[in-house]
Amino acid sequence: MKKPKVCVLRTAGTNCDMETAYAFLKAGAVPARVHVNRLIDRSERLEKYHILAIPGGFSYGDDLGAGKVLANELKYKLFDQVRNFIREGKLIIGICNGFQVLVKTGLLPGNASLRQDTSLIINDSGKFEDRWVYLKQPAEGRRKPGKCVWTRDLAEVIYLPVAHGEGKFITLDSAVLEGLKESGQVVFQYCSARGALGGYPQNPNGSSDNIAGICDPTGRILGLMPHPERHVEGLQHPDWTAGKKEKQGDGFFIFRNGVEYAKKNM
Amino acid sequence: MSWKIEIKEKRGIFDAVGEGIKKDILDLGIRSVKGVSFIQVYSIEGNVTDGQITQICEELLSDRVSQTFRVNHPYQQNNQNEKVVEVAYNPGVMDPVEASALKAVKDLGIEGVRSIKTAKKYVIRGKIRSGDLRVISEKLLYNKLIQHVVAPPGPAAAGLLAREEGYTLDLITVDLLGASDKTLEKISKRGQLFLNLAEMRRIKEYFRRLKRNPTDCELETIAQTWSEHCWHKTFRGRIDYTEKLPGLKTSRKKIHNLLKSTIMKVTDELAKPWCVSVFKDNAGVIRFDEKHNVCFKVETHNHPSALEPFGGANTGVGGVIRDPLGTGLGAKPVLNTDVFCFAPPEYPFNKLPKGTLHPKRIMKGVVSGVRDYGNKMGIPTVNGAVLFHERFVGNPLVYCGTAGIMAKGQSFKRVKKGDLIVVVGGRTGRDGIHGATFSSGELTHESERLSSGAVQIGNPIQEKKMVDTILTARDRGLYNAITDCGAGGLSSAVGEMGEELGARVDLEKVPLKYEGLSYMEIWISESQERMVLSVARSKIDALMDVFSGEDVEATVIGEFDATKKLRLYYRDTPVCELDMQFLHHGLPPVEKKAVFIQPVHREPVFPCVKDLTGSLLKLLSHYDICSKEWIIRQYDHEVQGGSVLKPLAGIDGDGPSDASVVTPVAGSKRGLIVSNGINFRFGFIDPYWMAASCVDEALRQIIATGGSLEEVAVLDNFCWGNPDKPDRLGALVRAAYGCYAAAKGFGVPFISGKDSLYNEYTLENRSISIPGTLLISAIAVTKDVRSTVSMYAKEAGDLVYIVGPTFDELGGSHYYDLSGAIGNVVPRVNTGKAKRAFEALSTASGLGLVKAMHDCSDGGLAVAAAEMAFAGGLGMELFVSEVPYAVTQRERRNKNRRDDFVLFSESNSRFIVEVDKKRQKDFERLLKGLEFGLIGCISKDKAFRVYGLDGKTCVKATLGELKEAWQKPLRW
Repeated sequence: MKKPKVCVLRTAGTNCDMETAYAFLKAGAVPARVHVNRLIDRSERLEKYHILAIPGGFSYGDDLGAGKVLANELKYKLFDQVRNFIREGKLIIGICNGFQVLVKTGLLPGNASLRQDTSLIINDSGKFEDRWVYLKQPAEGRRKPGKCVWTRDLAEVIYLPVAHGEGKFITLDSAVLEGLKESGQVVFQYCSARGALGGYPQNPNGSSDNIAGICDPTGRILGLMPHPERHVEGLQHPDWTAGKKEKQGDGFFIFRNGVEYAKKNM
Repeated sequence: MSWKIEIKEKRGIFDAVGEGIKKDILDLGIRSVKGVSFIQVYSIEGNVTDGQITQICEELLSDRVSQTFRVNHPYQQNNQNEKVVEVAYNPGVMDPVEASALKAVKDLGIEGVRSIKTAKKYVIRGKIRSGDLRVISEKLLYNKLIQHVVAPPGPAAAGLLAREEGYTLDLITVDLLGASDKTLEKISKRGQLFLNLAEMRRIKEYFRRLKRNPTDCELETIAQTWSEHCWHKTFRGRIDYTEKLPGLKTSRKKIHNLLKSTIMKVTDELAKPWCVSVFKDNAGVIRFDEKHNVCFKVETHNHPSALEPFGGANTGVGGVIRDPLGTGLGAKPVLNTDVFCFAPPEYPFNKLPKGTLHPKRIMKGVVSGVRDYGNKMGIPTVNGAVLFHERFVGNPLVYCGTAGIMAKGQSFKRVKKGDLIVVVGGRTGRDGIHGATFSSGELTHESERLSSGAVQIGNPIQEKKMVDTILTARDRGLYNAITDCGAGGLSSAVGEMGEELGARVDLEKVPLKYEGLSYMEIWISESQERMVLSVARSKIDALMDVFSGEDVEATVIGEFDATKKLRLYYRDTPVCELDMQFLHHGLPPVEKKAVFIQPVHREPVFPCVKDLTGSLLKLLSHYDICSKEWIIRQYDHEVQGGSVLKPLAGIDGDGPSDASVVTPVAGSKRGLIVSNGINFRFGFIDPYWMAASCVDEALRQIIATGGSLEEVAVLDNFCWGNPDKPDRLGALVRAAYGCYAAAKGFGVPFISGKDSLYNEYTLENRSISIPGTLLISAIAVTKDVRSTVSMYAKEAGDLVYIVGPTFDELGGSHYYDLSGAIGNVVPRVNTGKAKRAFEALSTASGLGLVKAMHDCSDGGLAVAAAEMAFAGGLGMELFVSEVPYAVTQRERRNKNRRDDFVLFSESNSRFIVEVDKKRQKDFERLLKGLEFGLIGCISKDKAFRVYGLDGKTCVKATLGELKEAWQKPLRW
């Protein structure tokens, strides 16, 4: 198919929908910003889209916990639509608040029972922080090349901003963590410019094993705290005035991967 | 049936709230606390089963990975070494979480839950004296204006569940006709109307002609419309001004309208074609590109922030966002800017005036309030400043600004006869009663009690929903006019919109948060997140669909008719009928006296020490100058994806940018640059030059980031003391003339502004006035953001220039402040010369000749150069002898040349510029005829070295030392 259709899901408090839609547009897709109420009242149908993007923001003010209320809505009001969407082999990306939503629905890491085994809790610093971070794909990821369709052929280390107060990734227990690493579902780790794992501020929130993003067992559902949509243009790079003038930012290639996959496989 | 549920973090999970409180307790000077843990409390009422409650706890209220919960088994103090404090909202105060919680429960498929209220429980461990516990509770855990401590053991959060009783109409009239002058004054004072005798007499006379007494509602409506806050009597009134400057004889003049004769005069005289709408709407509008216009507005929220820092700042941001949204047919907010003034964070508790909060608490609360609202709205907070002075104790300044963008055709509004009045967004409650009038008087230790109603509670998500839907309705052309419910609530919104035609409102139709509000409270309540639309009957259904489609309430409450009257009804009983003419033009002319006598301060006399390294480090650690990273990082400054130059820049992304550059239209290279100029210290000497310096600083920062003066607009925000006191008003007048001179000289128009007067804290009969403070906010449209320049040093071997002359202008400088002195020689501005330099530099940036540029302001050139060095991680070698330098603008000879004066003078219109050796000739050619000096170069080693006039080293420090001195003070 020529141009994949992207459903950029929004609701009360979503606030990165515009730039996320723009990133998909730039990557060659046809994005539409869709309010969750339209999917619930069926005036819009998820099935006509190829990619579902859950953008950043503070859905429902993060009342009851980050992403909680929207996650609850997907689970209890839209479950069939979402399950069919996944069964058809379509793609989902959750960024920042969207990642929190996917984790709290259990769609990530995505065990059979959709039990919530991981969480994103308040940063070790105890406060919201906006800063740029380096990300790498862990060795496990590369042993099983292309596990995650969103991250194929990215540079060794990429540079994206985080902006969150609740991004510390934790798992129910060490077994869950080991399982994720084993199955290559750990997609991104916070690191230094040279790819070395370290503490704060490289790891901005204290995530266990520096985990910044994970995917489901199929590799088609990606969730990450950093904001790829905020680095699709060279001019968004904090140091471009020092001479680094790329046409595209590192984040662009994540969206392009998703769009290209959809073109080939749907 | 009711349940009480408590949620807490599992063992081993970091309790961020608890840890934060523990830190704050240490800040209070209380050492006895060993630890604090936090428990989130929910009280649920309704007909549900225990099974359903368990489901609600597991699925919604707790996180199974990180938290545990307990039902109807509240945590209680279990030994002497811990204290338990539970804090709940007062009855009637909106619980921000309840709405989402109820929705989520319904989504679970559980009906029958009536209410879900939240409370917070703190377990404080350690041997705490009850006195300390009271201090901790009152200073950190709750604010009695909106919350209370639930008395343990007590019934399940009794306080929260208190019901509001209904309201039956009880029409109140006030006897003015029979009132003596004394009584009139009493009525004004008792009703917190802040109307003076002349005004009260004028109202009495109006009602005598009507042969009846006013209702309380009519009186309130007039008081609000005529308030300083809404009418700006001082700026629009008559002023009898006397001025005495040293060496000149006293001059006197009558000013008829200060605003028109200074600020607005610049705009009229410059008549810029790209000014679309100025001083008319809720924000000033200028052209952006062929398709779009942008608007910009800065407001203050000082009084509310003094009483309740979080709520005050929170709603300050929420309020200013509604200004662009209420401009024309509504602009989409694209950036925020926030500027604060506080008393020093280490201010001694025992010196705090009665009834005031400690500056550190105010600062933390204000920053959290701005962070919470700005981030949740998804509007990048890209610019700001924070300054400190003892006289801001009890009266902090909180400036909040928002810029918005709209299509050209959406820049104007027009209420049409027969349009329906529609209120959209949040519901109306008792919060924010009397805000407009309350901010038109001084604060006293009584204010907390008297004006508790004036504090508002924000709900950013409510506002986000409202913005989303309004922009949809706007683009579908579903309404004719829009304005915000700001100070004065519906009274000011409907009053303004109906000024030409007239309006009729049925107050009982206004949706309420809870029962029990009187018709008058409904009318003047300043509840947040509300806008008023003027909608043609033919479009009302389509409009309603847009709002209901995204769960935003919209209600028809009346109609704009052609009666030229404001008529209000409560269940068909008339409660207010006023002629628009009288309401908007009946205010008797205000005449005030103003006197400015330039003060003479002690001129400090001290020798210049050989080694100035210590002074430089002290300056870098000055609260005004030091890093504000702790604040900036808490703001999302990149949401919307338009950020081209961020507030923090440098190899480690932690240097101080001069301004921020944003591209509001995705994919377009056209951008906005926002900056601000503020320096109350110069005002201690001469407010005229303070104002000129603020204009210069704001424009300087635009030039420093690669912009130009071609299309720059400025806003004025005066925060001043009581204008009824001639000396305060005299300084204000002087500053206004400084604004005129500088803006005219640079050729930049004012497009909007705001004044917040009566910033005084009166205690017994002693009154602390804030330093008269002017904020100049600038917004520039830049054709191509690729010419943006950042402030940090880029490459070893590059040349370092200073552009603009340095003078012995140490008056009001931070260098003098280190020794507690003010001095008398204040920095001046020569707009003619400065403008030529600014233009040359923007040409240089456009040609790519400038690798880095930083504006010389607080702390002078040494501080600016040091910041460039450590932000870029590169050393610098500078030579004082190469700096173009003279005693004063007039006196070009300089007898007593001093290294410290050259390095730390805060003379205006100066920049430090980094240029590639290869481009030296091109750069210098552009600066021909201007005063500039090649003062040094950038070096590979990590050392910052300055050679004095005698050729000997006068400053020598490592980048590490400099950066540490700069980062330490506010690294919280």
